[in-house]
Amino acid sequence: MRAADLGMLQRPNDRLRRRRAVNRGMELLAWLAAAIAVAILGIVVWSVAKRGASELNLDLLTKPPVPFAIGPVQQGLANAFAGSLVIVGLATAMALPVGILVAIYVNEFAPRPIRLGVGLTLDVLNGIPSIVIGIFVFGLLVVGHGQKGWVGAFALAVLMLPLVARSMIEVLALVPGSLREASLALGVPRWRTTLGIVLPQTVGGVVTGTVLAVARVAGETAPLLFTSSIVGNQTSWNPGHALQSIPVAIFELSEQPDPADHARAWAAAFVLLLFILFASLSARWLATRSRRKIGRAGR
Amino acid sequence: MSTVGATGEAARRPFPGRRARLGDVLLQGVAGLAALGAFVLICLIAYKVVDGSRLSLSTFGLGFLRHVGWDPVHNRLGGASFLFGTAATSLGALLLATPLALGIALYLTELAPRWIRGPVTALVETLAAIPSVVIGLWGVIVLGPVLHDHVMPALHSTLGFIPVLGTPSATGTGIFTATIVLTIMILPIVSSISCELFLGVPAELKDAALGLGATRWEMVRGVVVPYARGGVAAAMILGLGRAVGEAIAVAQVIGGVDNLVSWNLFNGGNTLAGKIALEFQSSTSSLETSSLFYLALILLVFSLVMNVFAQVVVRRVARRQGLVAR
Repeated sequence: MRAADLGMLQRPNDRLRRRRAVNRGMELLAWLAAAIAVAILGIVVWSVAKRGASELNLDLLTKPPVPFAIGPVQQGLANAFAGSLVIVGLATAMALPVGILVAIYVNEFAPRPIRLGVGLTLDVLNGIPSIVIGIFVFGLLVVGHGQKGWVGAFALAVLMLPLVARSMIEVLALVPGSLREASLALGVPRWRTTLGIVLPQTVGGVVTGTVLAVARVAGETAPLLFTSSIVGNQTSWNPGHALQSIPVAIFELSEQPDPADHARAWAAAFVLLLFILFASLSARWLATRSRRKIGRAGR
Repeated sequence: MSTVGATGEAARRPFPGRRARLGDVLLQGVAGLAALGAFVLICLIAYKVVDGSRLSLSTFGLGFLRHVGWDPVHNRLGGASFLFGTAATSLGALLLATPLALGIALYLTELAPRWIRGPVTALVETLAAIPSVVIGLWGVIVLGPVLHDHVMPALHSTLGFIPVLGTPSATGTGIFTATIVLTIMILPIVSSISCELFLGVPAELKDAALGLGATRWEMVRGVVVPYARGGVAAAMILGLGRAVGEAIAVAQVIGGVDNLVSWNLFNGGNTLAGKIALEFQSSTSSLETSSLFYLALILLVFSLVMNVFAQVVVRRVARRQGLVAR
């Protein structure tokens, strides 16, 4: 290749030179595109970190907001942090068992056409915009009953279900068939094989999928806007009432004209971003580890 | 997968003369119910959204889609400006994001040294994990002013003869800002799918093109692009779906102007999803609430159609690639 190139170069050839130039140009464009993407990410993360870190203090986590504060009042978003914990925790508790059951059905019981059908159903569910999910839950549970924390959690659970089920299906498919066969050959009933032999193999995968789904829905605002957003300023852990959450708080603060409100929005965004980045990175690390482990069990 | 299926077939049929175990029936029943539940959930979503928009549907009918303006006091509501805003922002975002995403994918699959590929892929995927409310916050406080002070005037003075680049608005919010924000949000989806597609192109084909003396770009144009074309189309559809459905970030940066259909992208506007997010709590009449459900219904129908369409494209591509690989 090299020698041929040199030979060509000695006898200049307009066509070849043009082709090389086009090639160089396109390579440059591709490089530029990658650089732009990395730069955008850098700018977003950097501006959130810069503005958020300077506003971050313990008051943010421990003190509730003070409405119509005049002057430098020590206030935070304790209600939003508590509410987010409750709502996301409840959502996980709702979505995880159902997601695992769906995956078990698809992988262990369903005949092929149903398997494809459930897959399509999950994809469609995943593709429905989160604001539509919010409106749906509003129409289903909020109209006539009022907003509640667990209703917001249900909305998030609807978003989580396809994510959890999809990742579980992938992990279950990795469990070697020989393991099932060995268990069945020993006379273990099918349900005990599934729950006692196959499922424990996937613990790593369950954790990974759950963490990724939690990271995804912890930042969701749209479904909570109609289901759990009309709230007071006192910190509450009771899912029977509407609870504030971090994304909704950021959204509301960003709509305010006061720079002090923006400062708290940045700080909350920084905490949220830190949590999400940490969660996705650790999930990625866990995924490579558990995948290796499941692979070893088959051998 | 095939081994799972094979075990499944064998174990699903109980031995002759032996009745099914209670535990097996129970587990299969409960798990099957959960799977059925996912399907019922979609039907329930469709039913509730249609049910909520019934009042608006019967009052306005399809004329809702053509009427510009949102006047809840006089009960004259229409979705045309939101349809326009959604189309302008999401198509604009797709137009900007696709070349960028293809560039990223080409760089990562063909040009980047191995040690750079992993970190950059991880970074692009991290971009996808940033919550929309944080991107919106950044968009309205950081990006908006920058666009307003520098980018919009520059674009207007140099390319102002193009009608869509008119006089800059008074604030940094508007269709243009929303388009940029959506571009950032759909970039990771389109690029990560394209990346996978490009990696799936058989090395023999690429080597053959290079062996015939093609430059790398000619190889990409002649081999990689035709091979991955259908998949890229599916990736674009998925990106479009994400852009159309995005509510919060758009609501933060688009300015919330309801009665305007303007070709000047620097003006404020609103989208279907953005309108729902901004208006829901302040909705006063049942007709207005119902009309917001109507907007959600449009979104739902669109997302269902796009999703199924993308699935069909993906299946077709997968089948064709299977044939080529064999």
